[in-house]
Amino acid sequence: MTILTYPFKNLPTASKWALRFSIRPLSCSSQLRAAPAVQTKTKKTLAKPNIRNVVVVDGVRTPFLLSGTSYKDLMPHDLARAALTGLLHRTSVPKEVVDYIIFGTVIQEVKTSNVAREAALGAGFSDKTPAHTVTMACISANQAMTTGVGLIASGQCDVIVAGGVELMSDVPIRHSRKMRKLMLDLNKAKSMGQRLSLISKFRFNFLAPELPAVSEFSTSETMGHSADRLAAAFAVSRLEQDEYALRSHSLAKKAQDEGLLSDVVPFKVPVTKDNGIRPSSLEQMAKLKPAFIKPYGTVTAANSSFLTDGASAMLIMAEEKALAMGYKPKAYLRDFMYVSQDPKDQLLLGPTYATPKVLEKAGLTMNDIDAFEFHEAFSGQILANFKAMDSDWFAENYMGRKTKVGLPPLEKFNNWGGSLSLGHPFGATGCRLVMAAANRLRKEGGQYGLVAACAAGGQGHAMIVEAYPK
Amino acid sequence: MVACRAIGILSRFSAFRILRSRGYICRNFTGSSALLTRTHINYGVKGDVAVVRINSPNSKVNTLSKELHSEFSEVMNEIWASDQIRSAVLISSKPGCFIAGADINMLAACKTLQEVTQLSQEAQRIVEKLEKSTKPIVAAINGSCLGGGLEVGVPAALDMMLTGRSIRADRAKKMGLVDQLVEPLGPGLKPPEERTIEYLEEVAITFAKGLADKKISPKRDKGLVEKLTAYAMTIPFVRQQVYKKVEEKVRKQTKGLYPAPLKIIDVVKTGIEQGSDAGYLCESQKFGELVMTKESKALMGLYHGQVLCKKNKFGAPQKDVKHLAILGAGLMGAGIAQVSVDKGLKTILKDATLTALDRGQQQVFKGLNDKVKKKALTSFERDSIFSNLTGQLDYQGFEKADMVIEAVFEDLSLKHRVLKEVEAVIPDHCIFASNTSALPISEIAAVSKRPEKVIGMHYFSPVDKMQLLEIITTEKTSKDTSASAVAVGLKQGKVIIVVKDGPGFYTTRCLAPMMSEVIRILQEGVDPKKLDSLTTSFGFPVGAATLVDEVGVDVAKHVAEDLGKVFGERFGGGNPELLTQMVSKGFLGRKSGKGFYIYQEGVKRKDLNSDMDSILASLKLPPKSEVSSDEDIQFRLVTRFVNEAVMCLQEGILATPAEGDIGAVFGLGFPPCLGGPFRFVDLYGAQKIVDRLKKYEAAYGKQFTPCQLLADHANSPNKKFYQ
Repeated sequence: MTILTYPFKNLPTASKWALRFSIRPLSCSSQLRAAPAVQTKTKKTLAKPNIRNVVVVDGVRTPFLLSGTSYKDLMPHDLARAALTGLLHRTSVPKEVVDYIIFGTVIQEVKTSNVAREAALGAGFSDKTPAHTVTMACISANQAMTTGVGLIASGQCDVIVAGGVELMSDVPIRHSRKMRKLMLDLNKAKSMGQRLSLISKFRFNFLAPELPAVSEFSTSETMGHSADRLAAAFAVSRLEQDEYALRSHSLAKKAQDEGLLSDVVPFKVPVTKDNGIRPSSLEQMAKLKPAFIKPYGTVTAANSSFLTDGASAMLIMAEEKALAMGYKPKAYLRDFMYVSQDPKDQLLLGPTYATPKVLEKAGLTMNDIDAFEFHEAFSGQILANFKAMDSDWFAENYMGRKTKVGLPPLEKFNNWGGSLSLGHPFGATGCRLVMAAANRLRKEGGQYGLVAACAAGGQGHAMIVEAYPK
Repeated sequence: MVACRAIGILSRFSAFRILRSRGYICRNFTGSSALLTRTHINYGVKGDVAVVRINSPNSKVNTLSKELHSEFSEVMNEIWASDQIRSAVLISSKPGCFIAGADINMLAACKTLQEVTQLSQEAQRIVEKLEKSTKPIVAAINGSCLGGGLEVGVPAALDMMLTGRSIRADRAKKMGLVDQLVEPLGPGLKPPEERTIEYLEEVAITFAKGLADKKISPKRDKGLVEKLTAYAMTIPFVRQQVYKKVEEKVRKQTKGLYPAPLKIIDVVKTGIEQGSDAGYLCESQKFGELVMTKESKALMGLYHGQVLCKKNKFGAPQKDVKHLAILGAGLMGAGIAQVSVDKGLKTILKDATLTALDRGQQQVFKGLNDKVKKKALTSFERDSIFSNLTGQLDYQGFEKADMVIEAVFEDLSLKHRVLKEVEAVIPDHCIFASNTSALPISEIAAVSKRPEKVIGMHYFSPVDKMQLLEIITTEKTSKDTSASAVAVGLKQGKVIIVVKDGPGFYTTRCLAPMMSEVIRILQEGVDPKKLDSLTTSFGFPVGAATLVDEVGVDVAKHVAEDLGKVFGERFGGGNPELLTQMVSKGFLGRKSGKGFYIYQEGVKRKDLNSDMDSILASLKLPPKSEVSSDEDIQFRLVTRFVNEAVMCLQEGILATPAEGDIGAVFGLGFPPCLGGPFRFVDLYGAQKIVDRLKKYEAAYGKQFTPCQLLADHANSPNKKFYQ
């Protein structure tokens, strides 16, 4: 969840920067290249007695684009519709078998506040299929998926479409409260005299617009600022952050070039792939000034995720239904966990808290996980989470654990890039994480994937994805 | 305190940088070479930056003591001499405190003016050297930086020097006092405070390097207003006007009772008009003079008393109070609720009627919201604090309460009824505290099933502003109950005195005879306005007549009657009939809009209540000319107060004179420049006070008879309350 953090005035700088680097040739640092560890382990499955198995049949997403580029004239439901039609096309699922549609979104377009319903109708789903929209900051799509899991597990539904959408190219900018009040009062005024007396109250400053909040409501701190303080608290250096960002971009570029990002469905020619992947050099990155804590902070435009437009959608079914319909599912959705903590000083530590809990719940250890897919809000945030997970002191003093959580091995971590490079449309990232984990398990081999993300409000999410037996 | 701090802050027009910060991560510092161990200061070298860490041993704060001075100049000389070092960072190793100011003990130990002047000059020399340093110096400040601490690099702002007020970090940045702010860090791989200091140091080091390498320029951009002001101050006429204006304002605010602010103006004036050398000389001399004054001794005494009254002498209670219940949502009840919820105590506020309850809740909300308006809280923090408060009409949830504080009307039978009702619902360990200003706690406890859990907690109105809490223990109150009550009071941010039970305890008992004298003085025809000005010019923050209005005429009447019955003639003087008549006419003071004065919402000016004339006329007494000069009137009030205070010590109501002084100053507004009744006796002289009392005794009788302890002090001049 990153963009919320960018003060609007920073946008031009960030995009200029992006342009400058998008024309640079790829420089893939070899030492960071992950060695694909193909394993053919057979471990226990996480099926639970008396609970229906929930499977992901498949999932797709539109290309994730820097906001203000090709999607800039769309509305959010247009993007969501593109993801839905892409899903219909990819899975050939008959529209009428879909029981329910759930979408996540963060910054809401006021005209389409239930964007799930508008997109579903436009994508040609049955008008008899109900749809609702959820919001939980950067884990909104995760919430859409787990809501679907709940509906299937409890026997309410068999087939669910879950997804998410975010269009940061356009955000609701409102009239000021004073102006709104004046306009609403004018609506109610009955006589010309009343209207005139109301109009006489108008002041020029009423016209000052109100931008969507870029800071955490409870603490008034922007997320980038909080990430910078978090990085400082865990003594994460600028260089470490730049190195990690470079890794993300390099791996994303490689995955894109090798055609591994199979969840991407073209929007329309020429928009066929993500456009935020911009591998650069450490020297170039080192030149950037800090974006939030000036002049000595460490979080910059280059080591943060950028404002992104994009949508994702996933077909989730009860296992027996999928098999009956002749599908070969990609993965099981297993145990999941939501956590929350102090929104000031631990805003972005959700993965650290959620990971051990979901592993314990599933009866797994860190070693059992073959593919880690963590949401990368900021390099500093990922690295701070690493340091927190690797610290006995932190585990004892803040998590009530006797020993540290343990570090996810980097060679299994976000091997196809992450939010820093692929982009992060708030409401849509959750589905991308799950599909990346499922696709990686199929490609690289392995049984379990772990998805984790942090979100505004100091919340976090983690889920176990189990590969469907081939 | 005001003057105490202000004297430390001197006029400096220096131009070096200070930061309030916390951390940047520079990974590869070359190993620190020289690491000499001193007691107050140690320093290490990181790369070409010297890091000077200030850490006074065995103290929560760093103060400018002699040892610190000498070690500091030693260290700085080494730094200046070293070729390896190109810049320096000054930082404190103590979380939340850079340098709190001059060491009060050091100043108190000085016997003569010359000693202080010399100390001051030594300090000046260091600061002067710092100013002229060829190597850039960065002060990394985390937490309080007052007095001399601030001199370590601040172009003094006149307003701050004069009032000694604290400024928040973000304002300091705006005022140009500091160059960079560093926000506190949260938990990481170390405790947040520790890591924050490290971070501050890291950021400061990068700045110091940047300054030494000339990558960062130490010049600040001046705003237009600042430039204009600077220009205007070059015109002598404008300067004269400014001095005049400031002096006028200071005289008005201090009424000439506090010498420091005027001397500061003198020093600044000398510095500007005659150059900095003359300014420094003048500064050190005036500083010496000030330290030697009675006011300085009185204020230092109060400082020590306050430190003492911020400790729990009963130790830690067995069980922490986490759930508090307050009975009565009136002014006091709601005030107590406010200072409890904002410290995180879960608090139930109970009243008998919805209207009263709602008013009380509104009061708490308003108190918090005012802080939001002053930007001391965010609206989110306000809401979250307010959620600690539960308003209700029944006793639901009292089974979880660890302490109940009753603040119902001052009526013994009502208090008895409430006590019995509460004891039926609270758990065994729960403490019952009574917020009463005069009813003896043992009488309230008489109907209790467990008197060891009953205690008095006398708050002062307005609770969120008045710092004092008077805790009253009976013979039966257990030590753990006392420990709990003190712990709660400290949590609420109070300065606490613990006194024995008795009619009026300590504070009310001292005030009552003085109030009786106030009535007599009014009866003798002194106009309330004149009386107010006589008392404020003596140093009381609120005039005597206004005080009655503020406290409430009905409350004053209640207390006067209750205590009058117990103490008889000694509390006589004025005719209580005056108060009775005022109450019957509805002149209850501020709360009813009329008392001695007329109070109107939104109107600041106070007019005399002309309806009082007939009442005063009907009770008129002939003044006695031999004891009716302005000074006599002042002393009639003060000596009765002091005499009763000493009597409280004599009778064992008070445990120590220090608590008596703190109670009188923080609870009743006894002039702080006099240091409290006991300090006043020591500094003014017991003999002189006894002489005064005897003179008034001759005119009015036993009300002025000096108590035995006071007489003993008068008879043996070596006897002092403070040795």
